[in-house]
Amino acid sequence: MSDSAWEALSNQAVAAAGLVYFLALLAHLVEWSALRKVPVEAGARETTTVGAGGPAAPAYGASAEPAAGSEGPDHEHRIDLFGRIGFSLTVVAGLVHAVSLLARGMAADPNRVPWGNMYEFTLSGTFVVTLLYVVMRRRLGLSWMAPLVVGFVLVLLMVDVIWLYAPVSPLTEALNSPWLVIHVVSAVIATGAFSLGGICSVLYLLKERSITKGRESSTGYLSRVPSLAVLDRVSYRLHAFAFPVWTFAVLITGPIWAHQAWSNYWNWDPKEVWAFITWVVYAAYLHARSTAGWKGRNAAYLALLGTATLWFNFIGINFFSTTSQHSYAAPEPAPVVAEAPVLAGGA
Amino acid sequence: MSTATKERASGATPPPRRAGELTLGELLRFGWRQLTSMRTALILLLVLALAAVPGSIVPQEGVDALKTSNWKDAHPTLTPIYERLSLFDVYGSPWFAAIYILLMISLIGCIIPRTFHYWRGLRAVPPAAPRNLTRLPDSTSYTTDEDVAEVEERARRLLAKRGYRVRPARDGEDAVSAERGYLREAGNLVFHLSVVVVLVGFAVGSLLGYKGGVILLVGDDAGFTNRLTQYDDFVPGTLFGADQLDDFAFDVDSFDVDWLDSGPAQGQARGFVSHVSYVEGLDDAPTEYDLRVNHPLQIDDTEIFLIGHGYAPVITVRDGEGNEVYSGPTIFLPQSPDFLSFGVVKAADAQPGQIGLEGLFYPTFINVEGDPVNVMGEANNPTLSMQVYTGDLGLDQGQSQSVYVLDKADAELVTKADGSPFRLDLQEGQTETLPDGLGTVTFEGLERWNRIQISQTPGKEVALIGVCLALLGLLGSLFIRPRRVWLRARREGGSTLVEVAALDRSGGGDVGVVLQQLVADLRPGATPGHTPGADGAGPATTEEKTS
Ligand code: HEM
Repeated sequence: MSDSAWEALSNQAVAAAGLVYFLALLAHLVEWSALRKVPVEAGARETTTVGAGGPAAPAYGASAEPAAGSEGPDHEHRIDLFGRIGFSLTVVAGLVHAVSLLARGMAADPNRVPWGNMYEFTLSGTFVVTLLYVVMRRRLGLSWMAPLVVGFVLVLLMVDVIWLYAPVSPLTEALNSPWLVIHVVSAVIATGAFSLGGICSVLYLLKERSITKGRESSTGYLSRVPSLAVLDRVSYRLHAFAFPVWTFAVLITGPIWAHQAWSNYWNWDPKEVWAFITWVVYAAYLHARSTAGWKGRNAAYLALLGTATLWFNFIGINFFSTTSQHSYAAPEPAPVVAEAPVLAGGA
Repeated sequence: MSTATKERASGATPPPRRAGELTLGELLRFGWRQLTSMRTALILLLVLALAAVPGSIVPQEGVDALKTSNWKDAHPTLTPIYERLSLFDVYGSPWFAAIYILLMISLIGCIIPRTFHYWRGLRAVPPAAPRNLTRLPDSTSYTTDEDVAEVEERARRLLAKRGYRVRPARDGEDAVSAERGYLREAGNLVFHLSVVVVLVGFAVGSLLGYKGGVILLVGDDAGFTNRLTQYDDFVPGTLFGADQLDDFAFDVDSFDVDWLDSGPAQGQARGFVSHVSYVEGLDDAPTEYDLRVNHPLQIDDTEIFLIGHGYAPVITVRDGEGNEVYSGPTIFLPQSPDFLSFGVVKAADAQPGQIGLEGLFYPTFINVEGDPVNVMGEANNPTLSMQVYTGDLGLDQGQSQSVYVLDKADAELVTKADGSPFRLDLQEGQTETLPDGLGTVTFEGLERWNRIQISQTPGKEVALIGVCLALLGLLGSLFIRPRRVWLRARREGGSTLVEVAALDRSGGGDVGVVLQQLVADLRPGATPGHTPGADGAGPATTEEKTS
């Protein structure tokens, strides 16, 4: 296959993945709108009393499982079916998404990892969000997150294709390093996990507000979302997973690579500054969560502050800062660090 | 907190004092306790993040000197204010230092007492069971036919096997207590200590290290000898001493660029390599090295990096009297990836008037409908296009001036007879005569230059080991789950009632599931440990298989 054929394949795969994500989103929306008619207790009662019968062993995700409906087994069956269709479509979309990444790498000459520019980075980042969701869904009971995750990925993919698209080109010299793989993989994984954690925190705040305002009803999306304690804990888990990965990406591999390529392992480049700020904010989150006993709302605000700095660093810095040496965003890599040596007394 | 201290203060000492008065010692102790409190640490952390922001908005001297000086020129009123606030050097400013030094003190003040605490905790036996286990948030119970001793014995064995430390049975105690996850606190301590190690490594680097840069012409036999005077720019750390410079010299013998001749990035460089030869000490035989981006050359403690390249057209200027007033390769700085480059020439001694040239170099020039266009970075049709200035170029004021900037404040643009600006368009080998009898300019040939960065970064290994340890400690502190389990059995109406409770001390765990698993395994007839990973210290996510 020629390089341009691979590139065309990649573009088609992105379009196809977008379409399948869209169908998955529709399926989940049907599922959730059907669930609206079903009061939440029906499902919750059934699933939380498992095991030794201890008081409310929190099996989270439980209340979000499609519930036994009051409208009979037929209705219940339909809900269940749409939930599973939605998930299967998400998996399919994820696979097609992976194909688009692979083809993108094959399209370059020489073949390379698909992380040469913002378009490719976003393509990879959204893929990791899907991947983490699919992998952790059972473990963390994330099925209630489905419409949000799929919607999030779909929107970012659209932004990526519409605004960030760049044709395949070889890596610039500075990117041509094994550290690219290690550094970027870890940064992308951490970004994906932080984003999922951020989604949990948003839901936490929404749900909390609807409870304190007394608008908590037994139907509707928010009532299906796990309890506040569970949301808080899942969010913590995702952040606790992402934080060491982020540390590895921005405080270990980043500096090692920066040292090789630019002779400074830490130069307070805007990208570095914001990676550091993000790190500090998330450290404050973990701190607050585990030592200051700041569970719940305040922790969620800190987590969202972290999400904001994370994405600002990823997208914002590339557009607003002109001094960053992280050139993958700019269409052109800076060919020279144009520091003007100042000599005394003219030439 | 503050009122409590005050009350204690006024009640304790005989001479009556006014309310709110503190002795110096109390004040210090109060301050210290505040500084090393968790809340202060949290606030300092966030303040540090906030304080880092301006440095990413205002151009920084240490990051991009040219941009900074341009910014200063453009903002004459703000500049003095910003300078007073150290906003052009945020990360070296006193107020930034104040924040991280406070944080360090807070950290150390926090770690030291905790280390002792932890040391005692490491050897402590698990605490006795609370009186009423069913009051704990995570507790459960079951009945069995076994007698109490049997249940307790089984529980002790099971918990010990799961890595719990079990409190030895004592007279008068009717419960089993166990605890696990002691290493979490160690991880936590390692993490916080490592933060200090990283800061030390970083400080060593910025105090004792240096970085300098030099632009060298390719093939120039003069090369570079590692002396202070040979650097174009040199940024030493505060404690740097000139005797730290290693003894070496090198030449850039030749330079190869691999140009892209197709695809969307056509005309850009794919890769480039400098063939250098260097001598260590002063009279060894030279060694060859291929210097490339991402592949620095290390000589003793010094590292040498290739960080840029460009063209240096050889330009000769003769003045109105026919004297050669400027001649040589002139470094042009690339403006874009296709190496369209900008440069200036200053001929201060020219007669009748000084001559200044400023303009662009096109490696591959073509003319598209009258507009000059550069096709690619490879020099296939090298062309100079410059404007000419004469008059006062500001060279006599004894002030330092960048060689890449022409001071046009008092100079006048040379024009053609019709008043439109005169433009010098030269291809290799061509000479053009300037208007008004100013002289001639010749584009003699083309050379290349490399920008080489040379630096010493002591302490980088310390910093690296520090972060790696920090990561290790972090993993421990995040994923080891400290947990206490208690079990109490008693006879009740012909059978044994067993109450079990668990307490997670990390804030991230879900003990409910652990408890269920434990109880399932404790019941007679169960095969213990049938869910691998359910009790492991590995990533927490493995232990929560919800049904
Ligand atoms: C450079 C600044 C700091 C960073 C990046 C940082 C980060 C962290 C992180 C990531 C954790 C782990 C959270 C967890 O265990 O779940 C933690 C825990 C902790 N930190 Fe810090 N920290 C910093 C400064 C401090 C300071 C100044 C203090 C003392 C006042 C402190 C006291 C603690 C304590 C006591 C814990 C224990 C958590 C526990 O036992 O559960 N930290 N820190």
